[in-house]
Amino acid sequence: MERKEWPLWEIFIRSRNGLDHKHCGSVHAPDARMALQVARDVYTRRMEGVSIWAVRASDIVASDPDAKAELFDPAEDKIYRHPTFYQLPEEVNHM
Amino acid sequence: MVATMTQQTTATPEHIEYVLRLADNALILGQRLSEWCGHAPVIEEDLALANISLDLVGQARLLLTHAGNLEGKGRDEDQMAFLRVERDYRNVTMMEVPNEDFGRTTLRNFFSSAFQVLLWEKLVKSSDSELAAIAAKSLKEARYHLNHSSEWVIRLGDGTEVSHAKTQAALDYLWPYTAELFAANPTDEAIAASGVGPAWSSLEAAWEGVVLPVLGEATLVVPARTPFKSYGKFGRHSEHMGHLLATMQYMQRTYPGAQW
Repeated sequence: MERKEWPLWEIFIRSRNGLDHKHCGSVHAPDARMALQVARDVYTRRMEGVSIWAVRASDIVASDPDAKAELFDPAEDKIYRHPTFYQLPEEVNHM
Repeated sequence: MVATMTQQTTATPEHIEYVLRLADNALILGQRLSEWCGHAPVIEEDLALANISLDLVGQARLLLTHAGNLEGKGRDEDQMAFLRVERDYRNVTMMEVPNEDFGRTTLRNFFSSAFQVLLWEKLVKSSDSELAAIAAKSLKEARYHLNHSSEWVIRLGDGTEVSHAKTQAALDYLWPYTAELFAANPTDEAIAASGVGPAWSSLEAAWEGVVLPVLGEATLVVPARTPFKSYGKFGRHSEHMGHLLATMQYMQRTYPGAQW
């Protein structure tokens, strides 16, 4: 039997002006407008936010968890990619 | 308590009556909506209905406190909410009829919030400054309730065969009760003349202007007006009111003066 379930939406909330939207969870909703409505009720009840983004979960392209090793491990020993690796002249060291 | 007892009041009986109608509409609808807590079709809507319920109970608290002060007999919000008898409640009958299903609940929220938005918009300019302050707070809440319920009415009416049938049945059931909102009466006339607020009858055209397009988009058929009249705002309630009050008043009547 076909399961008639509402699609899943990932919800991002911006807590204050100037900050970025942060993922806070997901809701089920029949369409985009209702996703914003329910996100408002589920995630901003305690003054958590001033802006909401809703993204259909199926529209998010995610990296493969099984590829974690080849994607992320090689960065481990590249300490020269961190700005702290470089010795700055005393005059600009506290920039 | 002493402060309340000695407070001078110049409120007319019509003024108190008018505030009580606002208060009891919010209180009784809030009570009805609270019945959905833990029973809504999905968790997201469970939270939404509980939020709306609590918004309304919050409005009722402010309004009942204000009515108690206007009355000047030292009754606080709890006494007003829980210790009056059925005939003293001034909500329109529509607020007390059972939820029945999600369709009727949603449609009633839609009718009620469309009315409240129009009413609060006027009451922001009330000559009663306390009432004007309550209106300013409540208007934002009512606008959200209207937004939420109208989105749902459209999706339920213009949804599946089952959701359409249930919402149409809800419309056929509720429509006659909406007439009470706009029935002319001496209290409203006195209030309109005093500058406290509008006669509710003056809001009918604007209300239909909000409600009818949404019902049309929802592909619902609006029934013709009938001679049916309800009289909740005069204290003559339906058979459902006693049961609602029994549940709502139980705690305060069993443990008088209980606080939490």
